Amino acid sequence: MDTLKKHELTYKPFGNAAILIEWPSEMHDSILKDLLSFYNTIQRNKIAAIVETIQSINSLTIIYDPQLIHFEEMKQWLIALYKKETTENTPVAYYVWKIPVCYDTRFGVDLAEISDKTMISIPKVIELHTKTAYRIYSIGFLPGFLYLGGLDSRLHIDRKPSPRLEVPKGAVGIGGMQTGIYPRTSPGGWQILGNTPISFFDTSTSIPCFAKAGDKIQFTPISYQEYVHMQTQVANEEYFIEKEVFYD
Amino acid sequence: MIKILKSGLYTSIQDMGRMHFLNYGVPISGVMDSYSASLSNVMVGNAKTCAVMEVTLQGPEMEFMSATRIAITGADLSPTLNYTPVEMNTSISIQQGDLIGFGERKTGARSYLAIAGGFQTALVFGSRSYFEGITPNATIKKGDLLPFNSSFGTGVSFFDVKKQDHPTIFNQQTLEVQAGPEFDWLSNEQQQKLLSNTYSLDLNNRMAYQLQPLFPNSLKSIISSAVLPGTVQLTPSGKIIVLMRDGQTTGGYPRIAQLTEQSINQLSQKLHHEKAHFRLV
Repeated sequence: MDTLKKHELTYKPFGNAAILIEWPSEMHDSILKDLLSFYNTIQRNKIAAIVETIQSINSLTIIYDPQLIHFEEMKQWLIALYKKETTENTPVAYYVWKIPVCYDTRFGVDLAEISDKTMISIPKVIELHTKTAYRIYSIGFLPGFLYLGGLDSRLHIDRKPSPRLEVPKGAVGIGGMQTGIYPRTSPGGWQILGNTPISFFDTSTSIPCFAKAGDKIQFTPISYQEYVHMQTQVANEEYFIEKEVFYD
Repeated sequence: MIKILKSGLYTSIQDMGRMHFLNYGVPISGVMDSYSASLSNVMVGNAKTCAVMEVTLQGPEMEFMSATRIAITGADLSPTLNYTPVEMNTSISIQQGDLIGFGERKTGARSYLAIAGGFQTALVFGSRSYFEGITPNATIKKGDLLPFNSSFGTGVSFFDVKKQDHPTIFNQQTLEVQAGPEFDWLSNEQQQKLLSNTYSLDLNNRMAYQLQPLFPNSLKSIISSAVLPGTVQLTPSGKIIVLMRDGQTTGGYPRIAQLTEQSINQLSQKLHHEKAHFRLV
């Protein structure tokens, strides 16, 4: 079994009640794997002074109670924990979630612009967008917003010069090197390719988002008729998102 | 129950926030000025963390359907009981049918109304703090009925407390900050300038306060990473943004400073165009 590469981590104070642990400044699978492994180790060994741990693309932020522990003690505790952590590169299970997206121009309001700017035909844009399973690096910014990695470089395209005041819930777009889904109706500057009837945030369950960091998202094209049908199924809680388990 | 007769400008129920759903992108939320909110709670015999009403600039009007005890702290928005001025920063006995209203703003931006036993509005993900898309409502509207536990707060003189005024929190211009994770990306000169400038408050709400003037810089973006209430971000166009309680959970702008809890409270009582400067602690 391989040995998972250990990284030189930096530990910085983030105000007087949080500590920021940083990995090298890259969006990379091997960094994510090490970071998620350390995140899980912290969760398993959690001490009372830890309020919450925020997982991001190349960092963890630990919010602690400064009445119960000081920065330096917190830092030493973390350094020791990271050192002690198993270095075996054990396979980690993850899901690939099949997310239906309707690329009909009724939703894909920027498809023509994307096609013009990339000089790739609309069907080819859709083909490129649906061929990759995108890694979820983190959930953040808005409730249920997934930071996805792995967009084909031919589809890297600048945000719109001025953001739209309202991008609908479920809109699937491209902003720079990222692709993503708007989990709620909000202002936004991404170029919009389509829309998914799937909800990425649900306040009625204790785990509000089905997907987690480390999983992947695979977009699958659907027709407008299928979209309308699935939308009803989702509303009636009769739609089950297809998923497959993999290991890396 | 409390029946809302007028909503006010921006009125919501807030507690100390929602700490455990940050990894789903859910902001912490919670009272903007935790000092004033805690004080109001203590004045009616509550734990400091009970849900209170946060009132912004123009207050609501409400009718109490049963007797209880309340306290109003924070900004002075000229509160009234049955149309007669009522003292702030002390506990007030309320009878069934009493009306609480607000008038002219005198000091500060946000007033807190605590009620014995705390507001019992919907608990979502461990908090009653209103936030759009999380709680059933984002703000309090006319006609809303707000539940509270009427078995608290009556007939016990133990909670009679004398008036305790705010310290000088409202008129302080100095916001204490710590160096943010990317503070050392600034040159020595820029660091000096950041700490010696006087800023004027621009657009602001529960999510963030923008400061003027612009702070020209050539800092790169960071890979999206955690931000917290009180995080001071610097954008490539030179905007200084102080994130507040409803701020997003992650951001890509360099985090040049971090306000202390006390400074977040202070800032949340300031108005558009008021002045502030940073002091490194």
